[in-house]
Amino acid sequence: MRILRLALRRLAASLPTLLLILAGMFLLLQLAPGDTVDALMAQMGGGDAALAEDLRRFYGLDVGIAAQLWNYLTRLATLDLGFSAIYGKPVATVILERLPPTILLMVSALSFAFFFGLLLGVLAARRVNRWPDTLISTLGLLFYATPSFWFGLMAIVLFSVYLQWLPAGGFYDITMGYTGLAAVLDIARHLVLPTLTLGLIFLAIYLRIMRASMLEVLSLDFVRTARAKGLTETRVVARHVLRNAMLPMVTLIGLQAGTMLGGSVVVESVFALPGLGRLAYESVVQRDLNTLLGIVFVSALLVIAINFVVDILYARLDPRISAES
Amino acid sequence: MRALKAYLRSPAALIGSVILLAVLVMGLGAAWFYPNDPLGLAGRPLQWPGQNPRFPLGTDPSGRDIAAQIVHGARISLLIGFVATSIAVVIGIAIGSLSGFYGGVVDTVLMRVTEAFQTLPNFLLLLVLVAVFGSTIHTVTIAIGIVSWPPVARLTRAEFMTLRTRDFVQASRVQGLGDAHLILREVLPNALPPVIVYASVVMAVAILLESALAFLQLSDPNVPSWGNLIGLGRNVLRSEWYVSAIPGLAILLTILGVSLVGQGLNDALNPRLASGR
Repeated sequence: MRILRLALRRLAASLPTLLLILAGMFLLLQLAPGDTVDALMAQMGGGDAALAEDLRRFYGLDVGIAAQLWNYLTRLATLDLGFSAIYGKPVATVILERLPPTILLMVSALSFAFFFGLLLGVLAARRVNRWPDTLISTLGLLFYATPSFWFGLMAIVLFSVYLQWLPAGGFYDITMGYTGLAAVLDIARHLVLPTLTLGLIFLAIYLRIMRASMLEVLSLDFVRTARAKGLTETRVVARHVLRNAMLPMVTLIGLQAGTMLGGSVVVESVFALPGLGRLAYESVVQRDLNTLLGIVFVSALLVIAINFVVDILYARLDPRISAES
Repeated sequence: MRALKAYLRSPAALIGSVILLAVLVMGLGAAWFYPNDPLGLAGRPLQWPGQNPRFPLGTDPSGRDIAAQIVHGARISLLIGFVATSIAVVIGIAIGSLSGFYGGVVDTVLMRVTEAFQTLPNFLLLLVLVAVFGSTIHTVTIAIGIVSWPPVARLTRAEFMTLRTRDFVQASRVQGLGDAHLILREVLPNALPPVIVYASVVMAVAILLESALAFLQLSDPNVPSWGNLIGLGRNVLRSEWYVSAIPGLAILLTILGVSLVGQGLNDALNPRLASGR
């Protein structure tokens, strides 16, 4: 209960941040050449000034910027993100349609990076400065330096073009019309390469942090006590060290939620996944600023939500945190 | 001197320096190696590397020399990396030092702003900035600098918070020296080493951000950027994958060089931590 209250307080503290982001973005987009009506009129194939004026009044664009910002924020409070002139639907609908692939991709990439980062970090720390450690650390450096979109393209060349093991892109195979378990497996097959591509750099970061954190915890007194009790090394690591060494990794998930969401823009473009990231890219290319603003809002909400979960996780892992408050 | 010796002793730092030096030579000597426009037509398109001795790395789908684009691209990547990093470091140090030195309301306000920037996915913010201000090489570089400063600010703030109460700062304060002197001449020089080390991370990220933007064809199309070439190669990926593969390797090596140099600097400047890594 205490944990929840603490996390909720952090959540409330992120409200001003969210407001700041929205106001900043709204004002920033005012600087962009052209507004929704311009985009709409271009779609319709042009029109006269009177029509433009009517449309501006209809979309509430004829009042001052401060009033527009106020209108936008009050509409946001009711989760009304406005209307996308390009897609011809409410922005909220467009975004909701595109959310599942992105969330699926982020969860799978995060799990992949976290699990293997943990494993490799522990392995490297157990054999510190010997060849397994050198090998793992070198791999970590290489993964960190690999541009994700390039890795994705090369993976397509190898696994989709030459070996033909995995599909080169898309979210599922429309032609097969799978249902039930087959559909799930089909989506999973399509997500293998994107997951590896997005997760690679995070894997590199996690394994490096895990290794450093393991080494630090391994040198603490309570580990010596555990060893002195005669526990096997595996048991010392599994029962005593791991939980403590994992704390920095959990912090990192929250810190990098935004980076991961940004990375999904590129990865979704490489693999033609119909997700939020690809929508962001499309709305930039098509100058659909309403949708772009909506994506910014939803991304910020996602990052805040992830941090909320991380706070709870962290407090569960480290009881000292909830005791402190 | 001691730091330099420690730096040179580490093999990782040496390898990194050699790679970075090679990229630097490529970038500085680009006009000398390939005096012609790297984006001009050079020969028959899509010749594989080694197929024609005139083009050791082959030609791209538009018949441009890939080797020339790689060499000129080194200049663009380094330039963008360096300038964007400088922008990020200057903004970060300014905000972090004010926040850490004064604390209180100043700290709260500035950290709220920093938090806002960190909550927003940086690549998304970069897309918005490019959508609003256009994608010339100048706007892209500045935009990358603008999205990269928050970690620098946090780091500087943390350093300032531990340093501002130290005796030597208090002594200067008692002497009646102004805040500007305290910040710039007393605290900042001591806070700088970890920030400089972190700048290598910022630079690696900046180069990756630019290449990702160029890959999406949202960066300046009139400069020979590695990311651009990867994006162009995507259309012929199934058969002529080398067009994308070669510039990607160039990015990989450059980032590797920057990271290794950063790690070497870290080990040399923070000897206490070096033994653990």
